[in-house]
Amino acid sequence: MFLGLDAETLARIQFAFTISFHFIFPSFSIGLASFLAMLEALWLIKKDDAYLRLFDYWKTIFAIVFGMGVVTGIVMSYQFGTNWAVFSDRAGPVIGPLMGYEVLTAFFLEAGFLGIMLFGRKRVGVGLHFFATCMVAIGTLISATWIIAANSWMQTPQGYSINDVGQFIPVDWWAIIFNPSFPYRLVHTVLASFLTTAFAVGAVGAWHLLKNKNNHPARIIFSMAMWMAALVTPVQIFVGDQHGLNTLEHQPAKIAAMEGHYETRKGAPLILFGIPDDAAEETRFAIEIPKLGSLLLTHELDGEVKGLKNWAPEDRPKALIPFFTFRIMVGLGVLMLLVGAWSILARIRGKLYDWKWLHRAAWVMGPSGFVAVLAGWYTTEVGRQPYTIYGLMRTSESLSPVSAPAVGTSLIAFIVVYFVVFGAGVLYLLQLMRRPLVSDEHELNKGPVKAAGINPGPAQDAPIGAANDP
Amino acid sequence: MILDLPFIWAALIAFVVLTYVILDGFDLGVGILFPLFPARHDRDVMTNSVAPVWDGNETWLVLGGGGLMAVFPLAYAIIFPALYMPIMLMLLGLVFRGVAFEFRWRSGRWIHLWDWGFSIGSMVAGFTQGIALGALVQGIKVEGRAYAGGWWDWLTSFSVLTGVAVVIGYALLGATWLNLKTSGQLQAHARRIALVTAAITVGLIGVVSIWTSTLNPVYFERWFGFPTAFFSSIVPLLLAVCSFGLWHGLTHDKHLQPFLAALGLFVLSFAGIGISFYPFIIPGALTFEAAAAPDSSLQFLLVGAVVLVPIILIYTGYAYWVFRGKIDPQEGYH
Ligand code: HDD
Ligand code: HEM
Ligand code: HEM
Repeated sequence: MFLGLDAETLARIQFAFTISFHFIFPSFSIGLASFLAMLEALWLIKKDDAYLRLFDYWKTIFAIVFGMGVVTGIVMSYQFGTNWAVFSDRAGPVIGPLMGYEVLTAFFLEAGFLGIMLFGRKRVGVGLHFFATCMVAIGTLISATWIIAANSWMQTPQGYSINDVGQFIPVDWWAIIFNPSFPYRLVHTVLASFLTTAFAVGAVGAWHLLKNKNNHPARIIFSMAMWMAALVTPVQIFVGDQHGLNTLEHQPAKIAAMEGHYETRKGAPLILFGIPDDAAEETRFAIEIPKLGSLLLTHELDGEVKGLKNWAPEDRPKALIPFFTFRIMVGLGVLMLLVGAWSILARIRGKLYDWKWLHRAAWVMGPSGFVAVLAGWYTTEVGRQPYTIYGLMRTSESLSPVSAPAVGTSLIAFIVVYFVVFGAGVLYLLQLMRRPLVSDEHELNKGPVKAAGINPGPAQDAPIGAANDP
Repeated sequence: MILDLPFIWAALIAFVVLTYVILDGFDLGVGILFPLFPARHDRDVMTNSVAPVWDGNETWLVLGGGGLMAVFPLAYAIIFPALYMPIMLMLLGLVFRGVAFEFRWRSGRWIHLWDWGFSIGSMVAGFTQGIALGALVQGIKVEGRAYAGGWWDWLTSFSVLTGVAVVIGYALLGATWLNLKTSGQLQAHARRIALVTAAITVGLIGVVSIWTSTLNPVYFERWFGFPTAFFSSIVPLLLAVCSFGLWHGLTHDKHLQPFLAALGLFVLSFAGIGISFYPFIIPGALTFEAAAAPDSSLQFLLVGAVVLVPIILIYTGYAYWVFRGKIDPQEGYH
């Protein structure tokens, strides 16, 4: 015991803590890498230098985000061995090769071309540089594909057999990779990364537009971000709905927890708000819309929806977290949809760069993607409990033979280090996002020198860091 | 049959770990040497010399860890809990080290914090890797399919010595790298450091080797018994050749030769460990045959490795080539 917590709980907290950081940065990396490739392509096509300035502007931001993604990722890949050794021994033959392919096909690609993308434009020329940017962007997407395949297999396992020492033996790799929840989860997560980036970029654009609505580069990124928000959010909501139906088929207990249903019912209501109470087996203070739950989940007014009481108490997920995180995610999805629709309206009226309230809304929505993404993962992962491999291997069986003080001490070390290091990192990111956006060298030279924060580093002497770019 | 899947994979994992050690070795070494180069400008040049490649270098560590989980899951599940604390410390060290590349350019007042983070992070990473090696050479207590020792088993005078040896060896790699990539005063200073660290490294390789042979009768037999001694003695002979090449290169103003010779020292020490270990992955407790994942896993990943590792080596080589030559001290970072 350590601070009254057992090793399993501590290891779970440690995993949740470290993966949360690791997911915030990669979801931004994935979106930003594609965004950068897009900017460079537009520069090559349109020959408008504003795009090149924008590329350099976001490149420095990407470098920091990517660096934080890398260091938190290395922690993840070693944590399976240190904290979840039994899981690694038994599931390693299935999960391991998927992560191995992730390293071989994605991480090396990203890392190999990152240096050229960040520092090499003068050395390799424009064409090869664009190629390098594309390789980094593709690398991030390939990486997402493999890790989501691994995670989805843990949610909806198939294509394996179990040997005499309890290891999962791969039988059909095709079935393992293309397991039932994989396509939904992959599309939903990649779109989530794009939306996260769109709202972050859009907020930066909006902030600069609020200061000067004629700022050319700010207009470019704001418009790009709003197109993304308007077009992708509806798709994301549709995919999310399909994902939910898929989960209902394969993990009905998770859906029951997300919905806050304890009783199995025909014509179940949709609970908008309430507080699930696992001990009393009911959702208190529920505000309900009759029959809508069944309609959404089964697409029939009187469809049957299973409640948590259908499973033995030790086989159920705890409902409180998935119930709330699911509502946070969906709520933010609806807000994103509204902002997107608003931007379309502004565009039709020709007022995209004039409506201050739209800009303010986009500014406020800047962090929404990060919150939605974390909320989504918490729904997914907590809803999978009490299993690590759904229905087959429990979280309590997955743990290493570690003692609580060892896990607890390292957990505290992670918390301290992560808050200090990534707190500083986020601060630097915000400083970089406050640099003025300018569209050519000329403007750059007469631009305000004191650009970012109290103590500009060497790169901030010039607002966009283009002057001394290698 | 010797060319079976577990054997091939043992060789591949060994290759991956070795590649990691020599590649990340020199960039960790650059960090380890930071305290000896207090000038801001020197430090800028030093970080610039590794900034474009460090991430690729570290990816070999990820492949080593991930690959071990994929092909020798039992070894992964036993070794990692046994080395719980050194691994956690290594990860934290790598966090500080990795973010410093970007952060030190972004912070005016706090640059010293990130420079110290870069340096201490690199030292901690090197030291804990050395400790892990020493602990593994000494042997790990295994019962059934799990680690059965205590939380401090890894800490012995032997593992502390291997930890120190790795830190100094990395410093040597870093110094010869700087000798290769920089010019002027910085280079001259790096060369002096390289001479000192070279002498200490060679000495420590000797001490660790002899100590190792006394730890376990199997090791002793490999190195001093007949007929294996006949083959194993090639290693110390080549070590002598490399040491000479290193000394000669450093005293005759050669730029590439000392770096290659220092890499040679690492390759040979690694080969020496391989000779002691074979056919075990955890000495005395677990052979790599017994630790191996089922053939369906080994085959599936092998196809990818055979095709992709050469491609990776090609484009990694290309990235090094793009940034070849001496660092231009005027060439800024972003
Ligand atoms: C959907 C996206 C996604 C998810 C769910 C994960 N990752 Fe990740 N990971 C990435 C997307 C990504 C990325 C975009 O490819 C990163 C982020 C920044 C970067 O450098 O690459 C990355 C980096 C990254 C690295 C560093 C690679 C390097 O050295 O370049 C490691 C070792 C991992 N990850 C491992 C993991 C593990 C063990 C995960 C699960 C527990 C995981 N990642 C979840
Ligand atoms: C191969 C991939 C993965 C494996 C093996 C894995 C395994 C685990 C394990 C063992 C836990 C601790 C048990 C627990 O839930 O308490 C956990 C929890 C968690 N994981 Fe995953 N995971 C993987 C990928 C991911 C990814 C990609 C994310 C999202 C970015 C994620 C998010 C979480 C979260 C938020 C928790 C905390 C939930 C909780 O503690 O209840 N995981 N996972
Ligand atoms: C508004 C409509 C949305 C619906 C109906 C929806 C539905 C869902 C469902 C049912 C899950 C859980 C899947 C499972 O594991 O069983 C989920 C997970 C997730 N959601 Fe959403 N979602 C919506 C919006 C969003 C938005 C706007 C984002 C982010 C920008 C987002 C990001 C995620 C992420 C990252 C996950 C975890 C990965 C996964 O399982 O796919 N979702 N979503």
